[in-house]
Amino acid sequence: MTFASTVALVDYGAGNVPSVERALQKLGVTSKRVTRPSEFAGARAIILPGVGHYAAIIRALDEHNLRVALLDAITRGVPFLGICLGLQALYSSSEEAPALSGLNLFSGSVRSLPATVKLPHMGWNRLHIQRTSQLLAGVSESDSFYFAHSYAAAPSPGSNEVVATCNHGAEFTAVIEYKNTFATQFHPEKSGAAGARLLQNFLGLAARMSSAA
Amino acid sequence: MTLARRIIPCLDTDGARVVKGVHFVDLRDAGDPAELAARYNAEGADELVVLDIAASRDRRPTFLETIRRVAAELAIPLTAGGGIRSLDDARAVIRAGADKITINTAAVERAELITELSQEFGSQAVVLAIDAKLGCRSAAAPGCAANEDSPRRSPTADGNRENPYWDVRIRGGRDSAHLDARHWAQHGVELGAGEILLTSMDRDGTQSGFDIALTHAISTCVSVPVIASGGARTPQHFAEVFSLGAADAALAASIFHDDTQSIRALKQFLAWQSIEVRLPC
Repeated sequence: MTFASTVALVDYGAGNVPSVERALQKLGVTSKRVTRPSEFAGARAIILPGVGHYAAIIRALDEHNLRVALLDAITRGVPFLGICLGLQALYSSSEEAPALSGLNLFSGSVRSLPATVKLPHMGWNRLHIQRTSQLLAGVSESDSFYFAHSYAAAPSPGSNEVVATCNHGAEFTAVIEYKNTFATQFHPEKSGAAGARLLQNFLGLAARMSSAA
Repeated sequence: MTLARRIIPCLDTDGARVVKGVHFVDLRDAGDPAELAARYNAEGADELVVLDIAASRDRRPTFLETIRRVAAELAIPLTAGGGIRSLDDARAVIRAGADKITINTAAVERAELITELSQEFGSQAVVLAIDAKLGCRSAAAPGCAANEDSPRRSPTADGNRENPYWDVRIRGGRDSAHLDARHWAQHGVELGAGEILLTSMDRDGTQSGFDIALTHAISTCVSVPVIASGGARTPQHFAEVFSLGAADAALAASIFHDDTQSIRALKQFLAWQSIEVRLPC
């Protein structure tokens, strides 16, 4: 079995699953769409794409019984990349759907960006890199990434997972990195060459992490 | 603020081929959509729009195949539209590889469609396309408050009256929707539209520059990004629509297709004018 065949792409019906798949293909990696908990078993890396409403990702994860399997895989050390809602889902809750509980891997909530600027935050923006990051190796503050969201994660005080922020009306969480857990608020699969580099970095990290395990 | 202003090439297709022509008249072939998509992706386009201007039912499978072929060439977002009248139509287009959908006439005819689509795909995926034409204020409706409060920023280069009225046009511009474009834009946003694609019917196809007054009026009265369309030819036209028209993005078709204007050179010019753009590496 090749490494390529064991990148699990969580498919709960999110619109950007095919684009992520295509972006990985361009990097020479074939991913496998995963819709059932049992399918995480052989995964050497997991990607959780997402776009749209917070309620959609949380409800879909629960409807497919993926919540426990996903948390189990991440805490076992399987390299994980969350995209957009896939980042927001890692926190405790969201203002966008206050009744629902997030995956709660990180404490903090997802909040609306300020109404003083146009929302959704739609288009290409640059990062403010806060500290050294493996995921952002070779990425600079002059690179632009594609964002399409109105909410962003607000980690609890004292947290240390945020490696880059971005500004739209206010500074917000753009990239997180903690052990085997990586996530971006932007869409690397839609972010041209800079996005491809980031995906390549994740695949490289995932390969090294699984060979070390 | 580092959010870049976006440059968006638009592929008007008959379902299968890119066509060129004003208001469905004198359509000429302008190339293969996938080939153009690949070129724009490489040249630094920020997004791509692909429209089915014929939007006939029997050619639908052809258009979906076109979306698939175009999406395969892109590492940037893709918006598709033309003939989307239902949730099922939208699902098919998104499944074929579009990130966003545009709706126009169908939204005027049944405004709830905007809400249905934004609930299913998120408002960031729902682009309300508005074709606006300067007209008479028949149904005397006040302009939006935001716009009336800031007359100093309202350019009057067009020689428009002080408080111009733009009528919403539907069915490819043929009919009036009897709606005030500002009101319709605001209502569409309330219903869940995440972006407005604003085409000036007065400027479309003229290459005389974007309609700055119209773009400014709409962009300052809604809380979502506005894409200006219609009339672009020179880099200066783009600079004006960003700096004076308050556009968040600008769209053009033929000037990119026939190489009148390269996207790379356009962005260089805008950056030189101190307008925030994403420069291709």
